[in-house]
Amino acid sequence: MSSESARRILGRLAVLTALLLVRATCADVLPDDRADLFYSKYSGGGMDITGESVLVRKKFTENFAVEGSYFIDKVSGASIDVLSQASQIKDERKQKTLTVEYLHDKTSYTASFVNSDERDYRSSTTSVSLKQDMFGDLTTLSLAFANTTDVVGENNGTAFVPNVAWIGHAQSRSYDVDVSQIVTKNFIAGVNFNVITDQGDLANPYRSVRFLDPGNPKGYSLGSQVYPDTRTSTAVQIEGKYYLPYRAALTASYRYFRDTWSIVGNTYELDYTHPISNIWILEGRFRYYKQNHADFYSDLFAYADEYRFEARDQDLAAQDNYTVGAKVTYAFLPDGWKMFKRATATFDVSRITFHYLDFRNIKYYGVPQYLPGDEPLYQFNATVYQIYMSMFF
Amino acid sequence: MHRLRPALLAACVLMTAGCSGIQPWVKPYERDRLADPIMAWDRDAISSAYLDHIREAREGSRGASGSAGGGCGCN
Repeated sequence: MSSESARRILGRLAVLTALLLVRATCADVLPDDRADLFYSKYSGGGMDITGESVLVRKKFTENFAVEGSYFIDKVSGASIDVLSQASQIKDERKQKTLTVEYLHDKTSYTASFVNSDERDYRSSTTSVSLKQDMFGDLTTLSLAFANTTDVVGENNGTAFVPNVAWIGHAQSRSYDVDVSQIVTKNFIAGVNFNVITDQGDLANPYRSVRFLDPGNPKGYSLGSQVYPDTRTSTAVQIEGKYYLPYRAALTASYRYFRDTWSIVGNTYELDYTHPISNIWILEGRFRYYKQNHADFYSDLFAYADEYRFEARDQDLAAQDNYTVGAKVTYAFLPDGWKMFKRATATFDVSRITFHYLDFRNIKYYGVPQYLPGDEPLYQFNATVYQIYMSMFF
Repeated sequence: MHRLRPALLAACVLMTAGCSGIQPWVKPYERDRLADPIMAWDRDAISSAYLDHIREAREGSRGASGSAGGGCGCN
């Protein structure tokens, strides 16, 4: 996106913000105080990632709240990239978030600071948002802006004896406009619009392109990826949630995505939520996603440096995936306990099946003999478990 | 920008009208179903953020995955 376009969007957001500030009438309230303990485990594609998190939200006055969270991800294993070209991965990511929220009548203002730290990647995000209920509380409008700065490194050592070189920077700006609308007493709808602009070193340094090389016994050699140094993406999601004739909810959503790298993605999601009395909430969901490849992506280039920009990152390959998920929430302490008003415990499991349509599994090369470009397409399954407890006070 | 002026003027009028200026077609006392926790757009933000993180690390698409505000706006 050009700086002129970005200025135009910012200008319009500023005008809308000013308009919303004009209107402040009926009083609103902030959500309950809460504390969450969270554990997650991802297994798939040769990778194991465990995550642990704690979140605390506390109101200090009726219109001022602070929320803090700490998240730690531990990554280990050997992905397809690792098996084909690099050493085993072992890393840890720590993320700290601080959010302050101020409510004035029907308008809430939020500022958030996120810091993420890995051995070879550092990221800081500052975001501000504004949310306004309007038109008899039938409509909620949210505007948000986030600025992220990243420092990109590369570990030239091993997983156990790292030697990190800081090789570049990236900056990202995100603009959001969301509208939630009560349509009937049983139906709400939402529209989310998001633009993200990136600039800087956007390539994954651990992934390589490959090109035909008759001089190599494998028939191909590996080289460095070269990405454009800018990217702008636009995403629009529409969603609806319907309260069924009995006490249950059905949610459907569709997201359209496109960017300046020629990726077009479509996401479809369906979710069914079914409570049993006021103790259990059961949820089932299905998600399907499909994208084409970036215009500078190829699984196998004809020769070294064939094009100015080249990538063989599986995220940029043509692919589809589907997710089947289930969640069970158990509500306990209905009469409260000490400072707590109520509590819930949740178990969530998702099974994701990834299919790549032009990304080949080159770890199979030679067993049996495959010619470059004839290897089987890569696919894998991943399972995601989440267990968490929420205490409201 | 000049093409936006009529729309902005109309928006100004609507927004300064106050609660009583708009007659909601779903009255506050008709929003009990929308206020049910099962109708919240996102019951567990920490879990949704985690799943989004997993997807964005493996897909080319990103953004616009959350909706604005709470379920019914009836508070």
